[in-house]
Amino acid sequence: MSELWCDAGKGYHPASAPDYLPVPQLRALQLRRLKSVTRRVYDQVALFRERMQARNITPDNIKSLEDIALLPFTQKTDLRDTYPFGLFASPMSDIVRLHASSGTTGKPIVVAYTKEDVEVWTSVMIRSFASCGLHQGDIIQNSYGYGLFTGGLGAHYGAEGLGATVVPVSGGNTQRQIMLMKDFGVTAICCTPSYFLHILDQCKELKVNIRDLPLKVGVFGAEPWTEEMRKRIQAESNVEAYDIFGLSEIIGPGVAIECPHHNGLHVFEDHFYPEIIDIETNQPCPDGQEGELVLTTLTKKAMPMIRYRTHDISRLRTDVCPCGRTIRRIERIARRSDDMLIIRGVNLFPSQIEAALLTVEGTLPHYQIVLSRDKGLDQVEVLVEVTPEFFSDRVGSLEALRHKLSHSIENTVGIRAQVRLVEPHTIQRSEGKAKRVIDRRNA
Amino acid sequence: MKLKQLSLFLENKPGTLTAPCRLLHQAGLNILTLSLADTNEFGILRLVLRDWEKAKKVLEQGGCVVKVTEVVAIEVDDRPGGLAQILEAVEKAQLNVEYMYAFTLKKENKGMLVFRFDNPDEAIAALKQRHVNIVDSVELFDRLEC
Repeated sequence: MSELWCDAGKGYHPASAPDYLPVPQLRALQLRRLKSVTRRVYDQVALFRERMQARNITPDNIKSLEDIALLPFTQKTDLRDTYPFGLFASPMSDIVRLHASSGTTGKPIVVAYTKEDVEVWTSVMIRSFASCGLHQGDIIQNSYGYGLFTGGLGAHYGAEGLGATVVPVSGGNTQRQIMLMKDFGVTAICCTPSYFLHILDQCKELKVNIRDLPLKVGVFGAEPWTEEMRKRIQAESNVEAYDIFGLSEIIGPGVAIECPHHNGLHVFEDHFYPEIIDIETNQPCPDGQEGELVLTTLTKKAMPMIRYRTHDISRLRTDVCPCGRTIRRIERIARRSDDMLIIRGVNLFPSQIEAALLTVEGTLPHYQIVLSRDKGLDQVEVLVEVTPEFFSDRVGSLEALRHKLSHSIENTVGIRAQVRLVEPHTIQRSEGKAKRVIDRRNA
Repeated sequence: MKLKQLSLFLENKPGTLTAPCRLLHQAGLNILTLSLADTNEFGILRLVLRDWEKAKKVLEQGGCVVKVTEVVAIEVDDRPGGLAQILEAVEKAQLNVEYMYAFTLKKENKGMLVFRFDNPDEAIAALKQRHVNIVDSVELFDRLEC
C-alpha cells in the first residue's frame, strides 16, 4: 500500500485525504473557515479590526469566497510594526512555540503557534512528503537549519509524522552530511537547492559518487529556484527534485508542494487560501494570470494572516492535475516582486541571470549580481565561481567561457553584464541561502 | 615522457598568489618551476612539482581549483639559436604550442623548457623523430636534485 500513497484514490496517506476533496466540498469548507478566521481576527486583533472598520466591513460581510477581496491586505511591515506579539489572536498561555526570522535588518519577524497550529503544520508537511512519494521506511536527512528558522522544525515534525526516519543534521558541515548520507543510507534530503549544489560539489571533491548512494528524493525550498536548476540537479544525481514552498508568516514550509508530475505546486488550500493579485492595481486576477501570490490562513489560531502579500510572483492553475489532487496549483516561484531590480530602466530578476548562466555548459550557478553606478550609469557585474569542472588551464578557454556567459546574459535579459570569474567559496552563503544580489548603487 | 603540471585558478587581487604558495610551504613541498599567466580579470598559476599528487590534495583542501595538465619537458642547447632549433622542429611537425616556459636549471650547457601542446603524445612522437631530446620525469627530477 505504501507505494501507492501518492496515487489518487487508492491508499494515499490518510493525512493526504483533503488533497482529493471534491471541489464543491472544498470550497464550502474554505468558506466556512474564512468566515471563522475573519471573525477571530476581528474579535482578537486590534490591527485587523481597525482596518476592517476603516473599510466599513464586519465579518458578516463575508458571504462568499469572492468577498475575501473586501478584506485589507497584510504586509511584512505590519509584522515589524507590531513586534513582538501585536498580531497574536491567542493568549500567550495557548502559545506553544515562537519562531522568528533572522532579522538582518532591524527587528526580526515573530510568528507563533498554538498546539493546534503545530498539528496543522505537521499535517501539511506529512502531505508534502507524501506528495514526493516518501513514506514510512524512508530515511530523511533534514539539512534545513534548526532553531528560530521554521525550515528545520517544520520538516522535522512532518517527517516524523509520516513515520520516516529523520536525521536532524541541520545546516553546515557538508563533509559530515555526506558521510551520514552514505553511512545511514539516506533516501531523501531537505535543504535549499543552492546548498544541494554545494553538496554535489563537495561529493566530487571527496570522490563520492552521489549516484552510488540510495538518495532518490530532494525536497528543495526556502529560496526561489529555476527549472534549469532542477535539470542540472537531476542530470548530476539520481535525485528527483521537488519544489516545496512556504513562508514563516503563513506557517513555514508546507504551504505548497509539487507532486510527481512537477507541473506546479499544489497549495494546501484547505488551510491556506491563495489569491493572485495584479501588482499594479492590487485587484484579484483571474485564474491563470500572472501576479503576486496573496495568502490567507484559514485555520491558524495563534497568528492568523489575512491576505498576506508574499511578493512572490506566480499564477494559479486550475486545470486538472493527472495526480488526481483537486487542490489548485501555483506555478513555481522563480522570482519575487521585491527581488526585481531595475537596471538602466530594464526590469531584471536574479532568476533570469541564473537561467542564462545555466544554459552555458559546465557551469554550476554559484553566482552573485553586483550592482554599482559609474558616472550615473548602472553597472552590472556577475560573479561566477570557478569549479574544477569548467576550469581550464588555457587563458583562451576561460576567456571564451566568460564571453559566452556574458553573451548568454545579454541574449536572455537584454542587459550587458560584466562577468567575473572568482575563486570557489567567494560568494557568501547564509543559512544555506546564497546571497544573490549586492546593490552598491546608492553606497 | 609526459610531465604532470598543476594549474591553479587565481583571482586578480592582492594576496591570491601567496595563499597556494603558503599551503605548499606548510606541506613541505618544493616548486621546481612555475609560470604565471594573467589577464585583467584572473590569472592561472602553473606549477611543476615532484610530488604533484600530494600537492594537488593539499591545494584542493585549501580551497584552490586545481587542474592536472600534461606537459612535455624538452632539453635545449644553451647557446644562441638553441630555442630556435627546437621551435623549427615544432613548426615542421606542425605542432601547436599552447604555451611554454623554462626551468632555471642548467646542466652542461643544456637548458630545459616546458611545452604545453594540444596533443602531448603526438608531439612527443613527432619531436623524437626530429631528434629533439625529450626529458622524462624521472630523469628531470634526478637532474634537478643533483
